[in-house]
Amino acid sequence: MNINIRKGLESAEELGFLGEAHNVKYDIRLKGKINENLIKELSKVREEPEWMLELRLNALKWFRRLPTPKWVAGIDSIDLNELALYARTGTKAVNEWSQVPEDVKKYYEMLKIPEQEAKVLAGVNAVYDSESVYSNLKKELAEKGVIMLPTDEAVRKYPNLARKYFGRIFPPTDHKFAALHTALWSSGAFVYIPPNIKIAQPLEALFLIGGPLEAQFEHTVIVADENSYVNFIEACAAPIYRGYSFHDGMVEVYAHHGATVKFTAIQNWSKNVINFGNKRAIVEEGARVDWMAGSLGSRISYEYPMSILKGPRSSSQAVLITIANGPYIKDGGAKMIHVAPDTRSRIISRSVSANRGLSVYRGLIKVLKGAKNSLAHAECDSLILDEKSKSFTYPHNQVDEPSANVTHEATAGKLSEDQLFYLMSRGLSENESKSLAVLGFLDDIIVKLPFEYATVLRSVIQVEFKRIGGVG
Amino acid sequence: MLEVKDLRVRVKETEILRGVELEVKAGEIHALMGPNGSGKTTLAYTIMGREGYVVTSGDILFEGKSILGLSTDERSKSGIFLALQEPPQIPGVRVSPFLVTVLNKRMGRTDLSKPLPPQIMKEVYESLSKVGLSREHLGREVNLGFSGGEKKRSELLQSLLLRPKLVILDEPDSGLDADGVKSVAKIIEAFRKEGKGVLLITHYARLLKHVKPDVVTVLYKGEIVAGGGSELADKIENEGYKFLNGGSEDEHQYKERS
Repeated sequence: MNINIRKGLESAEELGFLGEAHNVKYDIRLKGKINENLIKELSKVREEPEWMLELRLNALKWFRRLPTPKWVAGIDSIDLNELALYARTGTKAVNEWSQVPEDVKKYYEMLKIPEQEAKVLAGVNAVYDSESVYSNLKKELAEKGVIMLPTDEAVRKYPNLARKYFGRIFPPTDHKFAALHTALWSSGAFVYIPPNIKIAQPLEALFLIGGPLEAQFEHTVIVADENSYVNFIEACAAPIYRGYSFHDGMVEVYAHHGATVKFTAIQNWSKNVINFGNKRAIVEEGARVDWMAGSLGSRISYEYPMSILKGPRSSSQAVLITIANGPYIKDGGAKMIHVAPDTRSRIISRSVSANRGLSVYRGLIKVLKGAKNSLAHAECDSLILDEKSKSFTYPHNQVDEPSANVTHEATAGKLSEDQLFYLMSRGLSENESKSLAVLGFLDDIIVKLPFEYATVLRSVIQVEFKRIGGVG
Repeated sequence: MLEVKDLRVRVKETEILRGVELEVKAGEIHALMGPNGSGKTTLAYTIMGREGYVVTSGDILFEGKSILGLSTDERSKSGIFLALQEPPQIPGVRVSPFLVTVLNKRMGRTDLSKPLPPQIMKEVYESLSKVGLSREHLGREVNLGFSGGEKKRSELLQSLLLRPKLVILDEPDSGLDADGVKSVAKIIEAFRKEGKGVLLITHYARLLKHVKPDVVTVLYKGEIVAGGGSELADKIENEGYKFLNGGSEDEHQYKERS
């Protein structure tokens, strides 16, 4: 799918829908102090069952109790009371693009989503600010029992299923922002794949932050029942505003016996979004979960997908591509927890820092006692494009099982003056030269991605480095 | 075409070029000779505008205009090409996308990853065989694991495809076998026929047996010490740099290689 997020938004700006004044009308916009009343109000307008309200209120308690994590830098610049914590454009999610309000639809058309859905996607869920505005799944999949709904709708429609998984994979007690998320979550996608159903085409969720001073807390749950297969793509974008926005989303994945879940996320929030990604999977016997995360946008981003390899012979891979271009902080990594014997994990991280960018790799490989013959490998490579940029690597291995084999490799490289001179002597500008070197650095990862995704990533990187120049 | 006027160049604290005068005319092969460390490569880098090569006085004119204020890529765009003696490796970047990017840029396209038009692709294939490289070369990472000869051929390939007006070749024959030297000579002759200016930097006169230079200039310790026609190259081939102070060592090297 050719969703060139950056390009789409640039042309949207040219057409004049974006900018400071944003025209989308909200029927509900909640903001103010985060307290019980606000959460009760939120739960009420969303017609939620009692257990969900309880879950939210419990999470609020934890939010108050838990300290701000020490590794969080720059987060003091968020004033949660200033942000709109819930914003709804009015309509319920529809399954026909013609029914989506015109002013919202424009964004998605800019990103070519309706067009791509017709061609290559099995299902789409589009979230604008706090609510799904569009959700559709191919008929034949729905007939087989596949569910893809806005999460809040799934909570109402399939309460037993939702309750079984929601908040169980990533408990709100984990850290302060997980608690905040669970207290305030709205929308996201809920996906259930019945046993033995293999979906060849990807499902896609698209998250947009429409205005400044919004906070988005989308919650996505993917349940892959026994021996099923699903490829889920999450794309995030926000146009450029003067204020900042806060994104604190959560993804919970449950891969049952023998199931495969591929989760691809490309985060290209604008440079005033502070992003928290909370992604976690539980992987049962013989199942596999692959994370692929492209962290391209945001001012500050924290994201560490985690797989808990709970069943024997389960496996997980995390491929992370991080670009910190400009005075931004990208803090990311992956966590692999080996619980059962014969489990395998692999982390591949590539980061690029340029123009005062800071990229930090923080990874964890934990092998519990009894996870016999487990195999874990992590490799993180970083490329630093100039003297002003930095890259740090903090791998952490905790191995309590002597028969496990855990290996780690790390390299840090700089774009040297002779390489830059060489490329420029062929007529490429400094930025074009850097972009080519970056693409080369990422090439062996990119070629393994699905073709359409590789194309998107390449063009985003090219645009990214074409635009810089004055930044920093 | 190219006029180097009383050029003084400093690298870090050291003055490397000390008042160099030189001219390359269109349709002319100008051989720049001299022992190692005399400043030949420094001159090439300075013409190309490399960072750290500071012009303290003098000027470089290309087609009548000073290029000192231009960046390296602007100099390339204006029609100057430098084939490096030791081109650096660009890990991960394969020759094919590299050429696509560079050629798209030259054609003024905005999307540098756009596939090349068929006639340009045809030219790429033809040029590959001219320089003696196979199509497999396109799939390799730029200069990574290339033999000495492959590096030279790959640089020449680019000098053909970028269609410069002035070609600067820094030791284009080192690492090549006898057949390789002949094919390089053929390409250089073709450049002259097409009316390009060629600044041919070479330590040894071996290549000049196959290419008759119009002008020979000898650079030594940052200064021009001799100039003439192809007979000067013949003299250097026979006697080495003996006529220079302290040139005996280089003469020895020369004899060893030839």
